[in-house]
Amino acid sequence: MIAYIGYFLILLALFNISLLIVSRPVLSKTSLDYNDLILSTSKLQFPLVLSSFICLAISFVIDDFSLRYISSNSNSALPFYYKISATWAGHEGSMLLWCLILSLWMFLASVYSKSLEPSFRGTFLLIMGLLNIGFLAFLVFTSNPFERNISIPIDGKDLNPLLQDFGLIIHPPMLYMGYVGLSVVFSFALTCCIKQDFKKEWAQWIRPWALSSWAFLTVGIALGSWWAYYELGWGGWWFWDPVENASFMPWLVTTALIHSLIICEQKSMFKNWTILLAIFAFALSILGTFLVRSGILISVHSFANDPARGAFILIFLAIVLGISFYIYFKNSSKIQDSFSFKLISKESFFLMNNILLVTATFTILLGTIYPLVLDLLGLEKISVGTPYYNAVFLPIMTPLVLLAGFVPIYLYFRNQAISKMYLYVLTSAIVVLFLSYMSILFTGEFNLSVMIGYIIFFWIVINLIFFTYRRYNDSKRFTFLSNSIGMLLAHIGLALFVLGATIVENNKIEKEMVMSVGDSIKIKNYNFTFSNLEEFEGPNYKSVRGEFTVLKDGDEETILYPEKRLYLSSEMPMTEAGISPGLSRDLYVTLGNIVSNNKWTVRIYHKPLIRLIWLGAILMALGAILSIVTKRREKSSVGVVLEK
Amino acid sequence: MRNSIFITIFLLFFAILAAGLYTNTKEIQSPLIGQQIPIFNLPNLNSGSTLTNKSLPNEPYLINVWASWCLECIKEHNYLKNIQNINIKIIGINYKDTRNDALGWLGIYGNPYQFSIFDENGSLGLEMGVYGVPETFIIDTNGVIIDKFVGALNENDIRTKIIPQILDSNSNKN
Repeated sequence: MIAYIGYFLILLALFNISLLIVSRPVLSKTSLDYNDLILSTSKLQFPLVLSSFICLAISFVIDDFSLRYISSNSNSALPFYYKISATWAGHEGSMLLWCLILSLWMFLASVYSKSLEPSFRGTFLLIMGLLNIGFLAFLVFTSNPFERNISIPIDGKDLNPLLQDFGLIIHPPMLYMGYVGLSVVFSFALTCCIKQDFKKEWAQWIRPWALSSWAFLTVGIALGSWWAYYELGWGGWWFWDPVENASFMPWLVTTALIHSLIICEQKSMFKNWTILLAIFAFALSILGTFLVRSGILISVHSFANDPARGAFILIFLAIVLGISFYIYFKNSSKIQDSFSFKLISKESFFLMNNILLVTATFTILLGTIYPLVLDLLGLEKISVGTPYYNAVFLPIMTPLVLLAGFVPIYLYFRNQAISKMYLYVLTSAIVVLFLSYMSILFTGEFNLSVMIGYIIFFWIVINLIFFTYRRYNDSKRFTFLSNSIGMLLAHIGLALFVLGATIVENNKIEKEMVMSVGDSIKIKNYNFTFSNLEEFEGPNYKSVRGEFTVLKDGDEETILYPEKRLYLSSEMPMTEAGISPGLSRDLYVTLGNIVSNNKWTVRIYHKPLIRLIWLGAILMALGAILSIVTKRREKSSVGVVLEK
Repeated sequence: MRNSIFITIFLLFFAILAAGLYTNTKEIQSPLIGQQIPIFNLPNLNSGSTLTNKSLPNEPYLINVWASWCLECIKEHNYLKNIQNINIKIIGINYKDTRNDALGWLGIYGNPYQFSIFDENGSLGLEMGVYGVPETFIIDTNGVIIDKFVGALNENDIRTKIIPQILDSNSNKN
């Protein structure tokens, strides 16, 4: 019954939003305003889709196995919270979540857009509505989560054990908030194109939306990486998997976008470029959906391979991108945009940032699509892996992150004698080199990659600290922080991320050996003892749990419990790593396989500074949020600034 | 001019993706089909003794690439045992694995292989164009690869492709 209501509601939502197209010719003959209709439909959409989503979640909780989606993704023994999260664990449900989030963004966009001119606002929300039609049609016609089973199974097949995890409960919603949030930016950019203008106030209005999508994407990607780290049992945090790339490409382009929007807002430049970036960011997020859902690339995120779904998304992407490009090339030349600036200026550095980020995106796109092209030409099957990305991606990113440490310094010195800046940069470079070299001496042998990692870290951090100190010293007040605290935090996050990623990739220790209960092994100054092994039963699995006592320099440090689980209904074996997290290092133990009586293969990892990777990501997202908050406060005090 | 270049790129991009969608990646023929098995010299997983091309059977058989770290391999394992039960020989290539893991795994799930070639660093796999485990090759009497399957085998593959091709090849010999 509840499933019927859910299905009815989703059809109603599709009908509601389709009114946008149907009613246009009708309304033009009456005195009613089309823009009013757009506004009310876009506000109504969210409650409709939300109710439908709740219906699906309730159907999960009451174990309605008459629904095919539920019988293949749940089981009566599944714990309550996983039944809820299973709502978006499979393809159909995650598309419903996608539509829910799209309607949420549309709702927010219609509520917070009162400051925009009515005709602009109308077109903007209309484009969002049209995107809504596309995704809802996709849901209803190819991926209906409310589809019935022909015969009702007694119990469900259970949720994929890999997905029975806290990380998965929040990873997709975060990522989708980011992906779909880009639709707001996209619709807005396209509207600017149609209206043949991109005013400063518009750039100012859209930037918080771009920033919040970016923050969600950052958190979503970091959560995915964290989940892969502790759940897949390989100890890695990034695999350059096509699906990871699919989320990383929009992230990179959005990073470029939030930077170019600053120039748009402050200098009224880069308008066309920014519009193009917004189109690309959203197109890449649909492309990501296509790559993941169609199954044309082999990846750890295997969703059911159904060409009809792939075809639908591909056609949708072609339409969205085709129309956007058509509008862009027709109108972009009419938008007043100056592209003249000095070789060394804020604009040129931001342009460099953009070029590097876009180039990086294309190298990833190439690496993701290339195996497919070779395959189609019948040449050979290859998979493009870490060596390719290390070779092409890192050289592009190195100057980019160095810029993050230089631009604030340039901005501080730009109105002073240039020799002062040279002097400072020279001093800072010497200090950075010295600190990096000392750090290497303290932590291990000399290694060029590690050295570069330290240089980047110290370069960004020291320059930002100097920037903050001088700005404070000049005014003796912290008011300058109101428009730079977000930037400072995000860039410190970036520095921490680079440090963590470099150190863990170069200095990690991975040991794999056969151990039986009682055996010990020493890794660095840690002594791991396989102290116990016991069997127990979980709610929907059987488990063998090892106990590893870890001593550090003879004192007890921690006890780790790696597990080997067998999920009953799917017969899938799963590895649960035993992890002792720490800011300076993670200790990571997994049980492999039983070799003979009580002998197990065991993997033990020592991962220095790996937490900095996620800490960095959190700081970046936090920085973006602070930028939004401080900007809003600053806006209310604009009058004061103008008086000065 | 600028427009037409742009439109070409645009269309080409979508053509590639669309073609990818309608090509069953599982069925793309390996360039190795029709070729001899590459020359190898690797240890036997169980005994450690050296195996070369001469160790391979003189009748049609299957080569199955497997590893203990591969979850898909567990899925097809029972099918392999069934194939072995109808007297079709299966040679294993234990791909990028450790000996202890591999032996433990066979201990748990059973051993359908005549023997397994221990390809620790994946050199033979590389020569045979292995890009994902499991993969299965059908070899005829002359040691020529006649078909290849990527991913876990299913009943349909076995009934409609593997058994007929092995029988075919057998009757050619007689």
